[in-house]
Amino acid sequence: MKLAIQINEGPYQHQASDSAYQFTRAALAKGHEIFRVFLYHDGVNNATRLAVPPQDDRNITQQWTQLQKEHELDLVVCIAAAQRRGLLDEDEAKRQGKDANNIAEGFRISGLGQLIEAGIEADRLVVFGD
Amino acid sequence: MSTLHTINKSPFDRNSLGSCLRVISDSDAILLIEDGIYAATSGTIFSDVVKAAVQSHSVYVLGPDLSARGMKEDGIVEGVNVVDYEGFVDLVTEYDKTNSWL
Repeated sequence: MKLAIQINEGPYQHQASDSAYQFTRAALAKGHEIFRVFLYHDGVNNATRLAVPPQDDRNITQQWTQLQKEHELDLVVCIAAAQRRGLLDEDEAKRQGKDANNIAEGFRISGLGQLIEAGIEADRLVVFGD
Repeated sequence: MSTLHTINKSPFDRNSLGSCLRVISDSDAILLIEDGIYAATSGTIFSDVVKAAVQSHSVYVLGPDLSARGMKEDGIVEGVNVVDYEGFVDLVTEYDKTNSWL
């Protein structure tokens, strides 16, 4: 079955990103297709490559990047939510005249239409949040 | 059209379980995840609410979230089924849609 995931909460806040990650892994292991993972609201903070969690703690962003590599996941960051929170890729940094970008490998910034498309194309949309 | 309702907050924190139970349809099920698992523990003021819910609906609780909080499977309300993440995925596919009470 084709599944889509939405994450509304940042990393290390409660548990949404961890739950979404565990769910996504379990779904892939069972042979389901993950159509897209859409990061919305504070969920966009899961995509920063500049976070440095303690070494004995899980690195949520790296976990997603790794899973993206293994399964060619489509990890999409909502552009409006990202701009508000200072999350930029190279193109956006240039367009907004900023001196740096911070998006992690495996994530891409796009619009809300990507969530609508995921809702239409996927058989199920599962939302994780606060 | 059946719906899987996920509850991720403790009933001692928010009323999402109560809100869900007010509108839930006969063919729907409930899955307690994250802090929502506290609703499934026996001996609390919410135990009777969950006891009543299992009479009319399938109620599930996510095992890994129980263990993460030091809760034992034998300390949960009778009739509540424990599932792992694989079971979570199965429930999502089994029901027509998933509604997360955030």
